[in-house]
Amino acid sequence: MFDIGIGHYLTLGAIIFTIGVVGIFLNRKNVIVILMSIELILLAVNINLVSFSIFLNDLSGQIFTLFILTVAAAEAAIGLAIIVVYYRNSGTIRVEEIDNLKG
Amino acid sequence: MNNLYFIIPELFISLCVMFFLVLGVFKNNSSKIIFYFSCLIILVSLAINLNIKLQGKIFLFNNSYVVDDLSLFIKSIILISAFFVMFSSYNYVKVNNILKIEYPILILCSLLGMLVMISSNDLIVFYIGLELQSLALYVLACFNRDNLLSSESGLKYFVLSALSSGLLLYGCSLIYGFSNSTNFNEISQNFDFEYGVVFGMVFVIVGLAFKISAVPFHMWAPDVYQGSPTSVTVLFAILPKIAALTVFIKFLYGPFLNLFDEWQVIIIFLSIASMILGAVAAIGQKNLKRLIAYSSISHMGYALAGLTTGTNEGIQSSLIYLIIYLIMNLAFFSCLFMLKRKDKFFENIDDLSGLSKKHPILSLSFLIILFSLAGIPPLAGFFAKFYVFMAVIQKEMYFLAVVGLLATVIAAFYYLRIIKIIYFDPEQEKFDTSINFGLKFTLIFSTLIILIYFLNPNFINKYVVNILVI
Repeated sequence: MFDIGIGHYLTLGAIIFTIGVVGIFLNRKNVIVILMSIELILLAVNINLVSFSIFLNDLSGQIFTLFILTVAAAEAAIGLAIIVVYYRNSGTIRVEEIDNLKG
Repeated sequence: MNNLYFIIPELFISLCVMFFLVLGVFKNNSSKIIFYFSCLIILVSLAINLNIKLQGKIFLFNNSYVVDDLSLFIKSIILISAFFVMFSSYNYVKVNNILKIEYPILILCSLLGMLVMISSNDLIVFYIGLELQSLALYVLACFNRDNLLSSESGLKYFVLSALSSGLLLYGCSLIYGFSNSTNFNEISQNFDFEYGVVFGMVFVIVGLAFKISAVPFHMWAPDVYQGSPTSVTVLFAILPKIAALTVFIKFLYGPFLNLFDEWQVIIIFLSIASMILGAVAAIGQKNLKRLIAYSSISHMGYALAGLTTGTNEGIQSSLIYLIIYLIMNLAFFSCLFMLKRKDKFFENIDDLSGLSKKHPILSLSFLIILFSLAGIPPLAGFFAKFYVFMAVIQKEMYFLAVVGLLATVIAAFYYLRIIKIIYFDPEQEKFDTSINFGLKFTLIFSTLIILIYFLNPNFINKYVVNILVI
């Protein structure tokens, strides 16, 4: 067996982060998926911070994580509210149909 | 605990926000009162802020919060512009039926976020301030919630801004990991060339570039500017940009100072790309708000050019640029608020045609503002660009200066085109002439500053020359 070091955690964080970013740009179907991708990005950051915090023996990374969790919850709430408002006006949340503003 | 004296403006605003929330619940139809009270609150915190006397830098809360010349100055600027933004937009807000109690409260919240962000000296505090600002702005962008365009602009702003916050946070986590601290002072000591650190720095710069809409991270700006209510667009065009550019200064000349050679190239690229794209893309626009979005992208390019120099003169020229930019935008949007006919506001360039026949004074102020935005001497906009280019040329970065000048020439085309439409195209129906006092005052005040700035540039510059960042 091999030891799990900080490199593994960082790689995991980087992979989840990439999935999140790619998910925002490749997704053509649903805005909710974008919301999930944003959550993935924030989770990747949390993994990074916690693993750094453990390996550096420094607590502030974990405190940072708690703050990020709180803010992510608020962000998701506001995001969902905005999606509901948009849905009431246009009747759709398909990403490719959100194109009333252009020029 | 007597150091709390230095953050009274922030404390005052946050207490007032909570008080207004309670007041809004218990008193019916209190939106008008809360709107005017919020203006008053902003003025009071401005007065408190101006009264803070400093000797050097003050660090609060275990070095996580700093009050220095730069942050005090920018706070005053932000509070002043927030006051004028609210003061001038009251009529618009009322006519468009978005005068609800939440509106001024959200503006105060975003203001609070900006103040925290500007004074932060720690990644955690910085992040909290940034999110407080952006969460309030998401809601403001789609505040006209029965309007399709407004809600769409809110949705777009939310998605892209949340993405940029994510990128920025990822950068913060890498910086924390590789420099072993979240405090700016300690980061700048432990910060050396290492791939992880450079990676983190690039992510942070990308996140901040999103916030000031520098190219190639500008795609949200035109849509959001066009879709959101005009009273919110003024806010977007002025306040977050000043705050984010100040944070740029704090990051680049604080924690990242050891990596000057690495980030200088990135900032030069952002600056050149913004100047050119802002100038070129604005040419085909038909909507005035969309046009001003591209114009603000290119203005941010000039402001960034001052930051690439690495000298105090460069930073000061950027600050002067920001101040003049905010005055010009305030004046431009006050003109936009005046284009009203029977409770409907107009925002297309065609609506301006022949304005000069029936509204000579409004057209004259449009003329002054657009000339100033284009950078034609002797108006204020010329001096803003002049200082930036002087600072850039002193560091012998001729390429940047030449590209900037070329972009100015391209940009002059679309500003002059609007003037041509105002003065030489067939006239249309008259606009309403009953204008409330706040709007009139804002327009006259800002246009006068633009007009007479050249008589004594020192009356603005003297506040900036004391700010030594490095």
